[in-house]
Amino acid sequence: MSALFSDKNRQALLGPLSANNPVLVQILGICSALAVTSQLKPAFVMGLSVTVVCAFANVILSLLRNTIPNRIRIIVQLVVVAALVIIVDQVLKAFVYDVSKQLSVYVGLIITNCIIMGRIEAFALANKPWPSLLDGIGNGLGYGMILVIVAFVRELLGAGTLFGFKVFPQAFYDWGYMNNGLMLMAPMPLILIGLIVWYHRAKNPDMIENN
Amino acid sequence: MKCLREFLDKQKPHFCEGGKFAKLHSVLTGFESFLFVPNTVTSKGAHIRDAVDLKRTMITVVVALLPALLFGIYNVGYQHYLALGQDASFWCMVGFGLLKVLPMIIVSYIVGLGIEFTVAQIKGHEINEGFLVSGILIPMVMPVEAPLWMVAVSTAFAVIIGKEIFGGTGMNIWNPALVARAFFFFAYPSMITGDKVWVANSCGATDAISAATPLANQVSGDCGVTLCDSIIGLIPGAIGETSVVAILIGAVILLATGVASWRTMLSVFVGGFVMSLVIMGNVDDALLQLCLGGFAFGAVFMATDPVTSAQTNVGKYVYGLLVGVMAILIRLKNPGYPEGMMMAILLMNSFAPLIDWVVVQANINRRMKRAKVNA
Repeated sequence: MSALFSDKNRQALLGPLSANNPVLVQILGICSALAVTSQLKPAFVMGLSVTVVCAFANVILSLLRNTIPNRIRIIVQLVVVAALVIIVDQVLKAFVYDVSKQLSVYVGLIITNCIIMGRIEAFALANKPWPSLLDGIGNGLGYGMILVIVAFVRELLGAGTLFGFKVFPQAFYDWGYMNNGLMLMAPMPLILIGLIVWYHRAKNPDMIENN
Repeated sequence: MKCLREFLDKQKPHFCEGGKFAKLHSVLTGFESFLFVPNTVTSKGAHIRDAVDLKRTMITVVVALLPALLFGIYNVGYQHYLALGQDASFWCMVGFGLLKVLPMIIVSYIVGLGIEFTVAQIKGHEINEGFLVSGILIPMVMPVEAPLWMVAVSTAFAVIIGKEIFGGTGMNIWNPALVARAFFFFAYPSMITGDKVWVANSCGATDAISAATPLANQVSGDCGVTLCDSIIGLIPGAIGETSVVAILIGAVILLATGVASWRTMLSVFVGGFVMSLVIMGNVDDALLQLCLGGFAFGAVFMATDPVTSAQTNVGKYVYGLLVGVMAILIRLKNPGYPEGMMMAILLMNSFAPLIDWVVVQANINRRMKRAKVNA
């Protein structure tokens, strides 16, 4: 058991949550982070879906890594990821149809999510299945975490709800409180992610570039 | 004055290194340079000696804004009593306007300066006078019925996102006051469009009275305001923007003191005039466009912001022309945004560095060519 969670493996799992976060540090997966975060529920499901796809894609390609000729590896990766995305899409349609409709094309677009291809290229093709699984889960969760934080702020301030439930009592609105329409527009997640990056770098001074 | 000076001198040791309030050093220097001319001088390098410093520049702009602000205060009262259908004396109107406008100015200054002071403490740099102008501009571009907490949130957004993250006064890409208004516009659209917000009717007796701005009306054809009305400015609108006369007095002050660039100002008006001539097709309507809404206010006080506009002379013409053209284009061709001036200036703020770069490069190329010919 201890070998399963050696320092290196733990790093693969926990690193992406903060110090090597795919969104904050690698600046990957921004497009979907902007698109699906206006509400908490789709953001949550999206984070989960990407985690599942990323984990399985990493494991499968790590198993295949010694058999794939280098020149066609991108095609093989795409086939594996596409198959996984279709499975996730069908599962979402079957069990959470309304969320699946809300996410619309963005489920299909997981296939082009840079995090997944990035982790396969950077990690799975050079590592054994077990660390690859941890790396996939870690990166998926790191991505989902940012999505959920951004969606939390946007839904709370933009619509006054969380997971669709009203948070602010009616009395607030009677006193003159209003939902912030800008929160639901596309520029706001960009600003929010920028603020999170700002906070993250301020907490980790070794990450600040010298220029 | 003297006792103030003595008081400051007495307090100084507490704020120097090792003193009780060493951390609040920049607060003291901020107040000191606000009240007195600082006695620190630059000792190295070649400098132009001039009495104009940042403080004097900013105060000049504030002075230039006063006519528009005072008129705005009067107009708030005037529109209110007009909507109520009551007669009121001049001072009654001014008093009502003050009650409405003063809290907004106070809120904007407290929030903005509070953030500036806090950031200065954290970053350890000096407080400067940049917010003096923004703080008075922000209430002037707001509708009079804007709730104070929304003014506070917009100001905070403008100062933090629009200014401090770029490095504070002088480093911002966009005009902070317009960032505040843009935030307000997109965040609380129902409070800045429509017919209820431009006239203060806090008495509740005037629910039936609608007072859409002329800009909102003109989308449906007739704006119902004559050129004369819009020049004098007794029409509904944001607090500072309605009176062209008051704005022009400000423009004269800015141009006479050399604080604002006449190139930018002139070319904004030319650009706007040409564009509205192209779209509207006659001179009367085109002139009216220049006097309606925030066009004149934006052209005089916002587009000429020395930080966010183009720096080169040729660049100023290009920048100004495009601001005018874009403002009228957005205003007349996009009914979703009846006021295009804000968008136009913010858009061109983003392009100003590029315009300057092109101008400078063209100059370099031209001189390079000349050098080769002569050699």
